[in-house]
Amino acid sequence: MLQQLFFAYYAVMIVLLSLLVVTRRNPVHSVMWMLLLFFHIAGLYLFLNAEFIAAIQVIVYAGAILVLFLFVVLLLNLKEEIAGRRFAGSWPAGLFVSGLLFIAVTLALGSYVQGPVGKYSIDVIRSETHTKALGTLLYTEYLFPFEIASLILLVAVVGAIVLAKRKLRS
Amino acid sequence: MTEMLASFLIPLLMPLLGREIADMAVNIIVILIQIAVVIGVTLLHVAYATYWERKVIGHMQLRLGPREVGPFGLLQPIADGVKLFFKEDIIPATADKPIFYLAPVIFFASALTSLSVLPFFDGFAVANINIGLLFLLAMSSLGAYGIVMAGWSSGSKYSFLGGLRAASQVISYEIAMGLSLVGVMIMAGSLNLTEIVRAQHEYPVGLYAVPQILGFFVFFVAMFAETNRLPFDLPEAESELVAGYFTEYSGFRFAMFFLGEYTGMLIMSSIGALCFLGGWTLPGFIMKALPFLSSLPPFVWVIVFLAKVYFFMFLYYWVRATLPRYRYDQLMNIGWKVLIPLALVNIVVTGLAKIWFRGMP
Repeated sequence: MLQQLFFAYYAVMIVLLSLLVVTRRNPVHSVMWMLLLFFHIAGLYLFLNAEFIAAIQVIVYAGAILVLFLFVVLLLNLKEEIAGRRFAGSWPAGLFVSGLLFIAVTLALGSYVQGPVGKYSIDVIRSETHTKALGTLLYTEYLFPFEIASLILLVAVVGAIVLAKRKLRS
Repeated sequence: MTEMLASFLIPLLMPLLGREIADMAVNIIVILIQIAVVIGVTLLHVAYATYWERKVIGHMQLRLGPREVGPFGLLQPIADGVKLFFKEDIIPATADKPIFYLAPVIFFASALTSLSVLPFFDGFAVANINIGLLFLLAMSSLGAYGIVMAGWSSGSKYSFLGGLRAASQVISYEIAMGLSLVGVMIMAGSLNLTEIVRAQHEYPVGLYAVPQILGFFVFFVAMFAETNRLPFDLPEAESELVAGYFTEYSGFRFAMFFLGEYTGMLIMSSIGALCFLGGWTLPGFIMKALPFLSSLPPFVWVIVFLAKVYFFMFLYYWVRATLPRYRYDQLMNIGWKVLIPLALVNIVVTGLAKIWFRGMP
């Protein structure tokens, strides 16, 4: 009972906060609602016993990525931003596509099959601590996908430097 | 104390609520009392940290420091607090009101929340969680929002520049700080602060500052930048930005930034004491030389912990009285081109050393 209540709270709040983020006129207020949203997502992870992911969610998303967002937003001309229209002209098309997607996902829910239960049950993770379990798996069984992910990030970093350097030269 | 309270309260509450809920209620009451005690004691320490800072810096500059209010000026922090509390609260006309109100609360609350995971002596932490160290890093990144939002919402150029400087500085140095602590995590094999201290006690020297000298150096420098203290206090550089991000704040809202900054310093000092200087423990060889020490009750060791925390606090003041402020590009260069590479080297060396001594797991 308590679990369902917790989950319902997080689910409802996450949807509400996301709506607030996209509808605010002032982009700085949007960012603040997004901060609260990230904390709720972290709460949802904690609720799933994924404490490491919850901490990383706050450190990386709230602590680094959102601050960079804020940095860009702060340097915008706010008066123009607030006076301008909130949504791009093509929003009905976007609404239509997302409506279709929602219907497709709803229809697909009927054929949901629960995956096989692995050896990492909640009790095992509790006794081993989540961080340790995650690290062991990530650096042994999933080493290859992990390396691919880091390579993609490296490409992004190199790309950003190349773009910035080109601007300097011209 | 917990058992005493439980044995007293449970019979009282049981007929009203039933066994399970009574247990839960007692648990919550105990936690609330712990929180109140920790916050109260910390704020007292914060008040006297400001007094001590003024005394230390005064004597370093051949002055006497505060000495008018009370004996030796000991009541000065209380007088300051009362003054700030009764000051007029001014809100600039161009301010974004909700965020202007919220910013100091975010800053102060994130500093106080960090206190909850610090173990002050063996077995006492309000929340003894497995990811204690990550929690502290997460809260310190939340504190940056308080600063940035304060700078932006004040609607003044000085505040705004201070806020921007703080944002980039805190992000840059948080990377260095996080990486410098990875060495400690590898050596202790845990993110739980209590476990880190226990693992450290078993280590021959009893201090991770010795094998982790590189990480300790990086942490030490990043500590100053994270709390916006000299020589990295560019967000509040008074000679260029009036007071930086809190220029427009007055009265108790200003006091919240002030308290938050000093709480932040105490927390950074505590992290340093716990991760590098052995927390509440003394090194093993001292314990062996003086065997009566091990028969002392656990709460006595809070004195050892506090001594280590105040050692760091003294370094804060000493550096403030000694070094001039860095230029902004120098600050960024130190962070990205010196501290982060050093911390990465430290991680690789520590990892290899652990494999060398313990073998592949």
